[in-house]
Amino acid sequence: MSRQKFSLVTDIPLIIWLTLVWSALWQDFGPGTLIPGFIIAIVVVNFFYLPPVGLSGRFNVLSLIAFSGRFLVDLVTASFEVFWLAISKGPDLRNAVVAVRLRTRSDLILTATGHVTSLVPGSFVLEVDRGSSTLYLHCLNIVTPKDADAVRASVLRSEAGLIRIMGTRKELDELRAEESTP
Amino acid sequence: MLTDVIVSILLIGGAFMSLAAGIGLLRFPDLLSRMHAATKPQVLGLLLVLAALAVETGSWLLLPVLFLCWLFQLLTSPVSALMVGRTGYRTRHLRRELLTLDELDDVVERAIVDQAERQRPAGADGADAGVQDGPGGSAGAAR
Repeated sequence: MSRQKFSLVTDIPLIIWLTLVWSALWQDFGPGTLIPGFIIAIVVVNFFYLPPVGLSGRFNVLSLIAFSGRFLVDLVTASFEVFWLAISKGPDLRNAVVAVRLRTRSDLILTATGHVTSLVPGSFVLEVDRGSSTLYLHCLNIVTPKDADAVRASVLRSEAGLIRIMGTRKELDELRAEESTP
Repeated sequence: MLTDVIVSILLIGGAFMSLAAGIGLLRFPDLLSRMHAATKPQVLGLLLVLAALAVETGSWLLLPVLFLCWLFQLLTSPVSALMVGRTGYRTRHLRRELLTLDELDDVVERAIVDQAERQRPAGADGADAGVQDGPGGSAGAAR
């Protein structure tokens, strides 16, 4: 297996991240911890390489904050919804396996969308089809086709949020075009 | 005093999420719906308990560790849910009569047929890239 020696776009964020993790674990952000952490991060990135992740080169912090806020709200409401379902419906629950076809071709956004969907109680990813960017979700309390549509819409909304954070220019333009023509 | 109140609210909230998961595990009818209950204390419950810790100690240096603790849970729990769910689905550990809609069934069936056909003439062909590669990947092995 060969890999380009040092690609700045993918390695620099990884090295910074590893350095911060190192310092966080030592609970010390002084130079005495940061500099060894940085050196270890470089060694780790060069010796234990991961399959390259296709980053788009853009990252919108404002969108990230908005997305995190919505994620937390969803998390709390969905947690209580599932709790209520456990009490009120329990064994009579009807579920569904729903296929959602995403717009993106990027592995990173596909994975992130799957994660966000799995983390919010009420739906989790059962199967991923990378070739066609399709997520197969198991969802609680789906009785009518309308409920399934609501799930699809909410997953696509998560994906749109993630594209706004770190999608490519092209995906973002397509998203804007889609939103302006309802 | 105020921190004590906040800490107790957060801790009780976290414990409540575990209680909710326990009730869910008992009440939900099959493996896949129980998985939903199992993810809850891991995400929101843990967040509440960690937030309680952060408020109680009041140390800024502890905050990154607590954040990492939560983040790694967020990264790993969907992966384990996928592995358990996927295996459970393929080994028929689910009650199909509880599903109102199943859009994966056909795909998996087709993938199994495809894989069987591919293996017959070419021998150990290995995985080749294709639309069915994802769902069909280890269909044979998992059954």
